[in-house]
Amino acid sequence: MRNDPLCSFEPDVGRGKFVGWNVTVRRPGRAGYPVDENEKFHIDGEKISDVDVSLGHVHRAVEWTGMRRNPIQILYLAERICGICSYCHPMSFALAVERAAGIEVPERADYLRVIQAELERICSHILWAGVAAHEIGFDTVLFLSWQMREKALDLTEYLTGNRVTKGITMIGGVRRDVTKDMHPKIIETLNYFKDNFEKLRKIFLEDKTFKMRSQGCGILTKEDALKLCAVGPTTRASGVKKDVRLDQPYFAFGDLDFDYVTPDVLTGEVNGDVYDRIIVRLLEVKQSIELMEQVIDKMPAGEITAEPKIAKLLATLKKVEGEGVGRMEAPRGEVFHYVKMQNHEFPYSWKVRAPTYNNILPWIPMLKGEQIADIPIVAASTDPCMSCTNRVAIIKNNRRSYLNKEELHRLSIEKTRRLRA
Amino acid sequence: MKFIMVPQVLGQMFRKPFTNKFPAKYAPASTTNFLADVAAGKAELIPPIETPENFRGKITYDRETCIGCKLCIKVCPTDAIEYIEENKKIKIYLSRCCYCAQCNDICPANCLKMSNEFLLADADKYAKDLIVE
Repeated sequence: MRNDPLCSFEPDVGRGKFVGWNVTVRRPGRAGYPVDENEKFHIDGEKISDVDVSLGHVHRAVEWTGMRRNPIQILYLAERICGICSYCHPMSFALAVERAAGIEVPERADYLRVIQAELERICSHILWAGVAAHEIGFDTVLFLSWQMREKALDLTEYLTGNRVTKGITMIGGVRRDVTKDMHPKIIETLNYFKDNFEKLRKIFLEDKTFKMRSQGCGILTKEDALKLCAVGPTTRASGVKKDVRLDQPYFAFGDLDFDYVTPDVLTGEVNGDVYDRIIVRLLEVKQSIELMEQVIDKMPAGEITAEPKIAKLLATLKKVEGEGVGRMEAPRGEVFHYVKMQNHEFPYSWKVRAPTYNNILPWIPMLKGEQIADIPIVAASTDPCMSCTNRVAIIKNNRRSYLNKEELHRLSIEKTRRLRA
Repeated sequence: MKFIMVPQVLGQMFRKPFTNKFPAKYAPASTTNFLADVAAGKAELIPPIETPENFRGKITYDRETCIGCKLCIKVCPTDAIEYIEENKKIKIYLSRCCYCAQCNDICPANCLKMSNEFLLADADKYAKDLIVE
């Protein structure tokens, strides 16, 4: 699962620029995928008979810290809520503040914001594909897909100056422009993705082992998806057409041509199983590439931020009274930020709701009736983002026992081997 | 059984590895001793991959042009900047810095810049290299 705390500070190690602060702040941040949770699985032999999920309150720490910082400082705090969604968190915070302060974002900035958002989606989905393969013991695919992700990170570094914590968000726009001479590098990377996409598609959708492990496993029906408020690819794989980019267009998404990705686009049917969630994510990578190409074609000229003088922006924000909501379609689903400003330097209140929070409850219908060895792949198929899943409690004959991540992973690999034999 | 991976494996055998073996082909037992050897000309350093343009590395500070307006302190998300009252200048602790370059953007005198230097890991957070003043 993507809960390895190391993965959140991987980028800075890569450049050797790894120094104290990043680690300490990500400590509240790592739980601040605002879920600190703990699952209990009731089992009957190999079958899971009941699942109990409890959500914690550790994420409050990040929000509390934010209430003692000015909005510009919060941008960098929000970035550290999640290492993979390090763009959509500050951006939806910025959207919320812009709504509260009535700041009008220039058109060019809206288009530039789309580029970063879609690049992040490509990065996240490819990373997820590798992790999913790893969960069923297919480590060659992990390296193959992460090799592709490396290109996406290189492009991120080229566009923003950082590999993961992008630091590109500014209230009222973006901090760095994408000029004409940067286009060739973007197009080159996009072409690389297009060339390699077919390879990835073949492995994930046609490979026998993948099909055996993912088809008919971890089913989430459309009714359950609607009832439990699942978001993002998890809900779209169950056939629910829900995507903030289309439902309430923000940035420049209103001007772009795209549609909901549901598995029936490819296979003609919706099963809501792990296989369908793989289809949705892979198709979304393709969709993101197309969106980025459209943006590069249509990019209007103009300013990249509403107020280039940051000192003036801070003074304006100090006088703001009101509340705002920022919603964005993060790679995992809808991310939601609420801000209340009350004529003060710091916000009066800040509330973050990350997509994983919604995607945890669907685990209950997904996992009921499955085997213990299916827990890693089913859980990973919702793309959870938290570090506290390291241990699960197993209640067997009313006796409680714990399985750690390694144990579960081993069981999962054994099942793959059994199926292949 | 199909051998779809064979072309990839064969290709990989003859291709140059992607990994840049920085700082040496085999990881030195002691980096400090290795760097001393490099300085003495006894060992050779394999250079790191070049950083892209506009990379956010170590901050450089132009002390002369600084006007002591304290704006950078106001926006710094990590409180990495200290104001020195006596000479009205600032002191940046890189061990706290998160390399967001927000202070560069707000500086009215343009005295803060990001350089390409990124080899800043140190066991001592108050090392001379990690304090910019």
